[in-house]
Amino acid sequence: MSEESTTPLKIVVLVKHVPDVQFDRHIDSGTLRLDRAESVLSELDEYAVEAAVSIVEANGGFAAGHEVIAATMGGKGSGNSVKKALQMGASSGLHLNDDALAGSDTIATSKALAALVEHAGNVDLVITGMSSTDAETSVVPAQLAERLGFAQLTHALAVEFDAAQRELAIKRDHLDRTLTLKANLPAVLSVTDQANEPRYPNFKAIMAAKKKTVTELDLAAIGLDAAAVGALGSNTEVIAAEARPARQAGTVINDSGQAGIALVDFLAEQKLI
Amino acid sequence: MPSALVFFTELSAAPSKGQRELLTLVSGFENPAVAVANQVSDEAQQVLASYGVVKLFTASGDAPVFGQHEISVLDAAVQATAAKLVLLANDNFSRELGARLAVRRNGAIITDVIGISGDLVATKDELAGSYSVQARATNGTLFATLKPNSIEDAPAASSTALAVEELALENSNDAKVRIAAAEAKGASDRPALTEARVVVAGGRGVNGDFGPVEDLADALGAAVGASRAATDAGWISHDAQIGQTGATVAPQLYISAGISGAIQQKAGMQTSKFIIAINKDVDAPVFEIADLGIVGDLAKVLPQAAEEIRRRKA
Repeated sequence: MSEESTTPLKIVVLVKHVPDVQFDRHIDSGTLRLDRAESVLSELDEYAVEAAVSIVEANGGFAAGHEVIAATMGGKGSGNSVKKALQMGASSGLHLNDDALAGSDTIATSKALAALVEHAGNVDLVITGMSSTDAETSVVPAQLAERLGFAQLTHALAVEFDAAQRELAIKRDHLDRTLTLKANLPAVLSVTDQANEPRYPNFKAIMAAKKKTVTELDLAAIGLDAAAVGALGSNTEVIAAEARPARQAGTVINDSGQAGIALVDFLAEQKLI
Repeated sequence: MPSALVFFTELSAAPSKGQRELLTLVSGFENPAVAVANQVSDEAQQVLASYGVVKLFTASGDAPVFGQHEISVLDAAVQATAAKLVLLANDNFSRELGARLAVRRNGAIITDVIGISGDLVATKDELAGSYSVQARATNGTLFATLKPNSIEDAPAASSTALAVEELALENSNDAKVRIAAAEAKGASDRPALTEARVVVAGGRGVNGDFGPVEDLADALGAAVGASRAATDAGWISHDAQIGQTGATVAPQLYISAGISGAIQQKAGMQTSKFIIAINKDVDAPVFEIADLGIVGDLAKVLPQAAEEIRRRKA
């Protein structure tokens, strides 16, 4: 059987640089914004990069003309997340780099990202992780589908792509059921951590990534005013942020045969039973 | 006081705990209204009236197009009420509906809310419960999704008269997502994980056997949870996963058994009122946040506790 040639796919994978969850994270008491100093690629975005590269590999590889563009928005440091995505196999990078983006809520973020996808032109598929590990709203993919008029296939537990039909099928939990949802491209796809196993970039991939192009754009280049994003372009504002007192360790006992009883005593003392 | 609307995908005569909390919250606002994207029985209407809801919008429909009917119902109800506040459940489907409509109507969306004041200031946790944040809308309708276990369920002192309106829906031009198949998930008699008052969770330390965890959960009327290590190992369904990529829970009581308490796990449970941890390893990080820590074998401690609870209840 001869291999069918498929129309090349143009895939945008959205990646986000977020404060490393392994360390203490802080909200600045003055600006009420997240301190992004020690930031890394959001762990959940690795599943999105893997999904994109897998679809390409299953359909003739990059030699067939497919593109996987790792795109991000934010200030200077946010470009690091694109680098990691390139090491994992994305073919090029796109960085909407503008200080005016700081403080964008989901409304402003989805506006900027939709404009970025439209600027990239003729995009077939936008892939994201299930949620960022910082704000954790997980609503931007749905908002992008709304803005772009793309089909919304979100929270995918599994993904299949039918190149001949240009149709995506995903599994998604909904109420008390697991649904199989299908839609034709163009689509916005968000994948959960169940969807695949992200690859670790090897030395060769890391070296190859250095030769890949990352295009930097500012808001003007994609036709957006600074007032359309950031605090001015957002429809919400944070008015206070207070660190919760850290939980204190309580009593620790060694089980010498009666710890189950001690547990129930504790429940009774705290009126939990 | 601003007017408010609650949206439900479906509503039975026995609403879930999360739904009751939403009804309690909306009843504190002007002209409390409810929109349901399915048929609402007379019994369920009586429940709405018992919370002081004055208006119900319904439109049943069974399109094989995912999400389209629900967003049409929500959109029409928002138009009909001109509500300043629209409340939704905190599950992925509901928050996506709210988020899409916030874009469509140039309004605001705030997720994971644990309370809303009369002047529409929302309180929520950020960074896995390490911060408490207050936020509000600066433009348009506020769509807010309410985390379960946030509000004390409190029906009104007396029932109100409930007016029911069938919505006329416009055809939508949304990109079509077809429902190709639907597979029922195994039903459980235990409470829903995110709404449960008590959660008993197991991790790597259960070594493939969730029996002792489930037994203690049943003695307490609790939900069963799990760490990612346990769900990845296939010992229990992924639905039970608590943590950054699973459910976030905030019960009165969280019992952690055989879970070390890595940061991704803590992210899903550290706003619980009381935490009890059982682990063989005295250095397990979970002990740093536990109100009671037990260094021991969960296979011995959990059955002993379950038996003692049943003995005292008898």
